Amino acid sequence: MRKRISIRLFTILAVAVAVGLATAVSPYASSSPDGLEKVAGDKAFLEQGTLHAVQEQSPVPDYAVPGVDDPRVATGLAGFAGTLGVFALGFGIATVARGGQLRAG
Amino acid sequence: MHIPDGFLANDVAVACAIPAIGAVGYGLRRAEVDLDDRRVPLLGVTAAFVFAAQMLNFPVAGGTSGHFLGAALAAILLGPWLACLVLAVVLFVQAFVFADGGVTALGAAVFNMGVIGGVLVGGLMLAVRKTLPTSRGALLGVAAGGAWLAVMAGAAACSLELAISGTVPLATVLPAMLAVHAIIGAGEAVITVAAVSAVLATRPDLIHGPAPAPAAAILTNPAVS
Repeated sequence: MRKRISIRLFTILAVAVAVGLATAVSPYASSSPDGLEKVAGDKAFLEQGTLHAVQEQSPVPDYAVPGVDDPRVATGLAGFAGTLGVFALGFGIATVARGGQLRAG
Repeated sequence: MHIPDGFLANDVAVACAIPAIGAVGYGLRRAEVDLDDRRVPLLGVTAAFVFAAQMLNFPVAGGTSGHFLGAALAAILLGPWLACLVLAVVLFVQAFVFADGGVTALGAAVFNMGVIGGVLVGGLMLAVRKTLPTSRGALLGVAAGGAWLAVMAGAAACSLELAISGTVPLATVLPAMLAVHAIIGAGEAVITVAAVSAVLATRPDLIHGPAPAPAAAILTNPAVS
């Protein structure tokens, strides 16, 4: 029988894996169009896509932190910040939705 | 499969947003039941992993890439309704912070990539739990098959929405979307099985389900940390 790890350690390990992937691996991910984009291009409706007005002011458009020259570093930074931000948002929503209050630890 | 604005007619976008909002709202209400102390951080962890893995586009045939969607994994860990909530959090951040996926199409994205897969895999989990003896193999089978089906069903729904919007004929878009997502779905299955295996190896009690969780009953002793 394997000994279970604590929830705290599980959380730290899992977030570390996610942050590591988003920071170090995402800069090397395929830049080919994804399934829908490819089909949209092939079937000639890709150009119908528009950017919503609020997205013109996106802080990190296309997963690249603005002002960073190296595109891989720009993407890695976006992945790092985005993953931690999504974790914090998910944790916060879960805490509030459960009827508890945000508390440290 | 992030639909940008401009692909969907407004009435189609609204028609998709209604069940998406309903599912996410129900997820929020279910939080009191589905989230015990252990699962409060798990919701954040799952959202973070889904966000990170969605950045990792892998190449599939012919100059195309695919990426993990995550609804199957989220449903296995958190149940169908909190899976919808997880995907909504990820897709919201992607749309508003990273300009990935449309704003008016956000409801359709949550529906296609969250609600459909979450409900499908949540239903599969329930069906397997009722009919098969609980085992690691059954769970990983649901993870693999459910992940693939979730991607295919999402791709089919996306095709249908594009066709109803008058963007592209169904006979044109559906075969193309299903063909490419059959391969992307295999990637989804591999990542989902790997992630579920990692949870089974460390905290099998975190698999969603009315206690005892299928794998937890076999793989662990009842001691609670």
